[in-house]
Amino acid sequence: MRYALLCYNDESVTSSWSKEEDEAVMTCLRAVHGKHEKQFGPVVRLMPTTAATTFRKSERVFTDGPYAETKEQLLGFHIIDVENLEQALEIVRELSDANPGGAYEIRPLMLFYPNGSAVKDG
Amino acid sequence: MVDAPDPRWIESRLAAARPRAVAALLRYFRDLDLAEEAFQEACLRALAKWRVNGPPRDMAAWLIMVGRNVTLDHVRRQSRLTELPDEGLVSDPERENVEDDWAARLDDSQFRDDILRLLFTCCHPDLPATQQIALALRVVSGLSVAQIARTFLVNERAMEQRITRAKARIAQTGIAFEAPGPTERAQRLAAVSTMIYLVFNEGYSDSSPESERASLCDEGIRLARLLLRLFPSEPEIMGLLALMLLSHSRQRARFDRDGSLVLLEKQDRSLWNQALIAEALAMIDKAMLHRRPGRYQIQAAIAALHGRATCAVDTDWAGIDQLYAALERHDPSPVVTLNRAVAVSKVRGAQDALDMVEPLAEPLSGYFYFHGLRGALLQQLGRKQEARQALKRAIGLAATAAEAAHIREHLDQLETQSSGTGPE
Repeated sequence: MRYALLCYNDESVTSSWSKEEDEAVMTCLRAVHGKHEKQFGPVVRLMPTTAATTFRKSERVFTDGPYAETKEQLLGFHIIDVENLEQALEIVRELSDANPGGAYEIRPLMLFYPNGSAVKDG
Repeated sequence: MVDAPDPRWIESRLAAARPRAVAALLRYFRDLDLAEEAFQEACLRALAKWRVNGPPRDMAAWLIMVGRNVTLDHVRRQSRLTELPDEGLVSDPERENVEDDWAARLDDSQFRDDILRLLFTCCHPDLPATQQIALALRVVSGLSVAQIARTFLVNERAMEQRITRAKARIAQTGIAFEAPGPTERAQRLAAVSTMIYLVFNEGYSDSSPESERASLCDEGIRLARLLLRLFPSEPEIMGLLALMLLSHSRQRARFDRDGSLVLLEKQDRSLWNQALIAEALAMIDKAMLHRRPGRYQIQAAIAALHGRATCAVDTDWAGIDQLYAALERHDPSPVVTLNRAVAVSKVRGAQDALDMVEPLAEPLSGYFYFHGLRGALLQQLGRKQEARQALKRAIGLAATAAEAAHIREHLDQLETQSSGTGPE
């Protein structure tokens, strides 16, 4: 069985971590990844929510910032590799046509370990 | 909550809640000192209380409520008011359901203007830039007076006085408490953006990345992130954040071991922080979709072209020339034209650049970089005598040893050229 482990925390706290504090946390995480190397698939760290854009399918408009509603639930996600935000938004429009209702949040990735390489230094 | 949180965990939450809590307390008390005291009191109680009972659901709301009640109690006692205190509020300021009273009343739109007001209060136009920065660091970021004093290399008492004077000046004029209209809000955002950029630059000028002063770069970035979370659709705040991230990404490459400035084209680009560059590029992408360019966005776009180049020769100088041309239209100044001339010298040669630089002689006669660039261009054109004169003017105007050393290098090259090796 595959599980996605979704990571939540208060961004106003994590964004005020010093570089040392941040690196200490990442080192501890890498130790866990290393211990369970066989079980770990991709590991991703997202950029701050300030880098996010949201597309509401019903209104078909892009707005800045993260998806903040609590009525809907997180049902899945796609990872895409594109040249710029405009290309990403094109793809989001197509996905929305194929799958109406709800919203997409478009968030750039800060760290991406495809698999196993989680133990190595990024 | 199962485990009692440790004090360090609580302290980091208190620091994160500070801008929101102090901003709301300022709205309530309309006095910076009282708002700060109230927050201080609430923090002391939080440290004691949260360790035992665990933190409340909405920590900022708890701090605001407790800070307000405790301080109201003090104020009433001091002024010996005869009116009966509101028993429910004062007798047990830390009662468990304190947050419920407030959580409902505090909505994000109010926080937004509260925090903007708090930041804007520090940008009082009568205050010199250094006082604006010191005040913001004290009131918004919560740095101690001792820390700020070390940052500005002055003693603690002098800094204490500076901050007290700044607060008195603000109290004299009064703080604008009415909710701002759209135009007013835009003006406040612009003033606050400038102040945040000043905070950043204060740290950016320092040569050692580990110094207290250099930490102001992180503080500036933190404040910009805070502002952008409150105003997520403002492309100029995105531009400001991107600009600071890009500048900061080069921090480890900007100075050599002796603390001398390393020019952009000579920097070891493997020392650039790619995570910061990536975030900045994503931010610029987002800002550009708004099609409302501004000075920070254009400057960030220029920095981004440097950030994208994996080595100095790969730099898109033509793109940089165009962006400076856009900046000249948007925000004309002799310094912008001077910077554009650097790009022009790479794209169209030293003579075109010199033609652009010469008319700036009057406004920039006391400006180090003007004489430095003019000297370098004259040197490239083989006009040695004039080059030497310009470079000597520049050395006389150098503000740091690193600046002087850089010009000295040019002068040395000139001497070697004159002593027979000739121009390349």
